[in-house]
Amino acid sequence: MKAFTYERPGDVATALALVAEIPGARFLAGGTNLVDLMKLRIEQPTHLVDVSRLPLAEIEDTPEGGLRLGAMTTNSQVAADARVRARYPALAQAILSGASGQLRNKATTAGNLLQRTRCPYFYDTSKPCNKRAPGAGCAAIGGISSNTAIFGASDACIATHPSDMAVALTALDAKVETQSGAGEARVLALEGFHRLPGDTPHVETELRPAEMITAVVLPPPPPGGQIYRKARERASYAFAIGSVAVAGGRVALGAVAHKPWRAEAAELALEQGASPAEAMDAELRAARPDGHNDYKLKLMARLGAACLTTTGAGDGQ
Amino acid sequence: MSSVKDWAAPTPISENRGGLIGKGVDRYEGRLKVTGSAPFAYEVEAPSPPAYGVLIASPIAKGTVTLADISEARVAPGVLLVWTPHNVPAQGERGAKINPRSQRGSNPALAERIEHFGQHVGFVVADTLENAKAAAALVRFDYAAEPADLIFEDNLDAADQPEGEEDVRVGDFEAAFAGAPVRLDETYVSPLQNHAQMEPCATTAWWDGDNVTVHTSIQMVKGGQHTLAETLMIPSTQVRLVTRYIGGGFGGKGQAYDDLTLAALAARELGQPVKVAYTRQQMFQATIHRPAVHMRVRLGAQADGRLDAFALEAVTHCRRETPFTEHAANFARSLYAAPNRLTGHRLVKLDIPAAGPMRAPGEASGMLSLECAMDELAEQLGLDPIELRLRNEPETDPETGKPFSTRQLVRCMTEGAQRFGWDRRHPKPGQVRDGRWLVGLGMAAAIRGNFLLPAKAGVRIDADGTITLRQGMTDIGTGTYTILAQITAETLGVPLAQVKVELGDSDFPPAPGSGGQFGAATAGSAAFAAGMNLRTALAELATGDPNSPLYGDDPELVTFGGGHIAVDNRAEPLDRLVARAAPDGIYVEGSITPAADARDYSQHTYGAHFAEVGVDPDTGEVRLRRMFGVFAAGRILNAKTAMSQITGGMIWGVGTALHEYNAVDPRYGSFIAQDLAGYHVPAHADIADLSAMFLDEVDDKANPMGIKGVGELGIAGAGAAIANAVYNACGARIRQYPLTPEKVLAALP
Ligand SMILES: Cc1cc2nc3c(=O)[nH]c(=O)nc-3n(C[C@H](O)[C@H](O)[C@H](O)COP(=O)(O)OP(=O)(O)OC[C@H]3O[C@@H](n4cnc5c(N)ncnc54)[C@H](O)[C@@H]3O)c2cc1C
Ligand code: SF4
Repeated sequence: MKAFTYERPGDVATALALVAEIPGARFLAGGTNLVDLMKLRIEQPTHLVDVSRLPLAEIEDTPEGGLRLGAMTTNSQVAADARVRARYPALAQAILSGASGQLRNKATTAGNLLQRTRCPYFYDTSKPCNKRAPGAGCAAIGGISSNTAIFGASDACIATHPSDMAVALTALDAKVETQSGAGEARVLALEGFHRLPGDTPHVETELRPAEMITAVVLPPPPPGGQIYRKARERASYAFAIGSVAVAGGRVALGAVAHKPWRAEAAELALEQGASPAEAMDAELRAARPDGHNDYKLKLMARLGAACLTTTGAGDGQ
Repeated sequence: MSSVKDWAAPTPISENRGGLIGKGVDRYEGRLKVTGSAPFAYEVEAPSPPAYGVLIASPIAKGTVTLADISEARVAPGVLLVWTPHNVPAQGERGAKINPRSQRGSNPALAERIEHFGQHVGFVVADTLENAKAAAALVRFDYAAEPADLIFEDNLDAADQPEGEEDVRVGDFEAAFAGAPVRLDETYVSPLQNHAQMEPCATTAWWDGDNVTVHTSIQMVKGGQHTLAETLMIPSTQVRLVTRYIGGGFGGKGQAYDDLTLAALAARELGQPVKVAYTRQQMFQATIHRPAVHMRVRLGAQADGRLDAFALEAVTHCRRETPFTEHAANFARSLYAAPNRLTGHRLVKLDIPAAGPMRAPGEASGMLSLECAMDELAEQLGLDPIELRLRNEPETDPETGKPFSTRQLVRCMTEGAQRFGWDRRHPKPGQVRDGRWLVGLGMAAAIRGNFLLPAKAGVRIDADGTITLRQGMTDIGTGTYTILAQITAETLGVPLAQVKVELGDSDFPPAPGSGGQFGAATAGSAAFAAGMNLRTALAELATGDPNSPLYGDDPELVTFGGGHIAVDNRAEPLDRLVARAAPDGIYVEGSITPAADARDYSQHTYGAHFAEVGVDPDTGEVRLRRMFGVFAAGRILNAKTAMSQITGGMIWGVGTALHEYNAVDPRYGSFIAQDLAGYHVPAHADIADLSAMFLDEVDDKANPMGIKGVGELGIAGAGAAIANAVYNACGARIRQYPLTPEKVLAALP
């Protein structure tokens, strides 16, 4: 760990100003990802601005009939909320399938969206990694990791985004609310929030420097069933090797790309009357497995079809 | 040296008048551990403020350090010392006194020659851990890298006979196999595993003149003491090694690592205590691991299932400079009858970290092969897997012809089958569903050798009646403190609360340490012998003391119980006797050596595992639904700690079958999983309903207490029962462990 300073401002404006002004300053939420990465010197902030106790931990009904999740709501809090469980079961299922009880008690909505990849070569600082050191090369390419992207990978990076929650939020068409330095507020669709790696895999989201996530807004739940299912190497406390979120007619896939993957081809096929299996085939036609992750094709085809069958997505169209 | 006949005589342990033997008493040190007040090696308070050491690892697998630039690090804040291959103090050669099989750690520390990825090349000590870490990042190295052999599968052709070993042949395997009407010839691969102990390797060291004291996390007290003495080139008498609490060993802490060497060297250099701990990543890359094993099993049977020909040939790997053989075929030498037999090992030398012993070395890997092969053969023959095993149950050891000391394998299987509901198993795979899950049952046998090594123990009684047992033994979290307290209390007929146990100190009478499931039998037998010697001393004291009501009695007739010493109805409390007649207390020692004729018997522990799994046909995920084991492992000393050990072993078997493995990167020689987020052992949710029972047993050929080891038996065969259940559930026979969703999915239709 590299030496750093720490402070906990009492309001959003001060927090924004501090991160904007101090070079190398970063927001600290639950710390479950950032602090781990600092210990390995993968992240080296000079100054931590602790936002975890800012008044951003409410879950409120929106006038439109949705929910606004404050950025500092914890994963446990959101998953346990009666409104979330009743109206957004896919979100509750996704959150509860992630990490462990202890971690979810600390992890926040904003931090979860911004957690970094679990690519093993990203974690091993003796290896080249374009995400850690832009231009250094990518050790995962030609390596033995099999939990890599089948959609949208580039020559610079083949890593996946590890969040379960973000996959459900993508299917639920959530929006991200932000503020930055001068008090400028923005609303970004979650779907476009995370980026594909391209040749700048170190730039992971559309968030600007010193811009703070203040809330995630859920629109009213779509008509139709919801589900989140996650395949993993043990029954709990493991990252997904593939996951599927369905909310009405919207479908998102996890652990297949550098971002939560909206399965638009599958959605379209369903609209046009395809069966669940046909819809997944339509989506997976664009997949580019690399020899180590080919199993994801069969996995996603089956898991996706099973989820679509369970929710009845596409039925009656 | 005694004979096994002497061991069968009644003893305070077999009589068990106080009822302490077998009782499930709580862990002696449990409260200290759960309240965080048991100091582990890194937390031990040094006599003066310590400095903190940090290790730097090599990013290459093979080659030489050509440059080590410490100029920046040397002047970084708080830095006290920076060592690299070019300025590390001289270290002695190791090996004279130590067991070459398990004690040879990397030596010297910070060598110029790199022999594996993650080998330590630099060491920084500073006033704080943070300063040491920051400075470590400032040391610059250059390397001349050389091509390295890193991948086991790519080097199978280079496999050689391990030095000093030969294949074991009985009869004519090849002819019998060729002529057998039913044949099986399959290869199974067990995974490379890391010990992944909760507590990393850690040392706190300080010097007092020419003498060094080290608190370190090591399973073998004497081995560690001698190793360090050799490294420091001083007599062992100048090294005091203490290891009170160990947060998991599993065989991985059988030897000394660089934390011990460098903490001691740096503390001498600086004249100040030094603490060094491995990081989680260093625990993976710079200790030992269980090597992967390729196992070819050939079985030739008659149509009725009787085996004519049996062969298990295991190919495994080790580090080029550190020969170690995972003896994956040894267990099979005593398991099933077959007149024509072949077992043997081959070794591939690689430039990766050293292979070494891990919980149930040999069996844990080996049984994953044969116990699946038996399942496959049973199906070929149309027999129930238990029936096939019953038909091949030997009367004497199938290889040596020696009588078994005890062997309850058949009862383990039949009793287990009944309690588990084995009759509900559908003989045809893929027939049972529960919701989306495909459900199947599987079983496997378990066998693990039993050992007794020489050991000593010391016991003293003080004027207040407190009895203190001291032994250079370790408790690696298994319950050693507790069972030694039980043995001592029962031997001397006092309540448990009157006994103190002190372990893990090289100043104490030596015991070999924890490993090979020999700990309880070895340390316990020595404690028992010491206790018996104290009884003799107390009997002589009482009968020779004119103030004792026992004065003039025959010492042979003296009995102990309820904290009293007695002859007939004449009795007095032990504390009163000692306070009056030996106010300074009495200290005696006792020892155990294997009986001269103990090896005339084939001596093992046995068991049978039963598992029910569900397979998700959408994802290939396998989930354990239920698991049950029946074991016969001699007299059980403590129902609770023994159960924890045996079920803990079974859980490891579940992990071996389903989750736990590591892989080597073919370019760098590094492990792909380097932390516990990536290296998967079973989580609670993976172990739903898992239990076990012990059959009554006393093995009077094993040692004077009739006990055997339980630490490793539970893992032996457990993974095979899971793999067999997976096959029964879905028809996918996967011979490469672990059975990850990726592999299961590929095998599913
Ligand atoms: C062992 C382990 C297993 C895990 N398993 C899973 C799993 O199975 N599934 C899963 O989805 N996740 C898993 N996680 C990840 C976990 O969900 C994340 O670590 C957690 O959600 C991060 O939230 P946090 O609040 O702790 O973020 P922090 O670590 O505090 O921050 C993460 C990042 O977000 C930034 N940040 C925080 N708040 C804001 C804000 N308001 N505005 C802008 N930037 C901000 C920080 O600067 C930092 O870059 C696991 C984690 C661990 C350690
Ligand atoms: S895949 Fe991405 S994160 Fe992984 S090593 Fe390559 S660049 Fe780094």
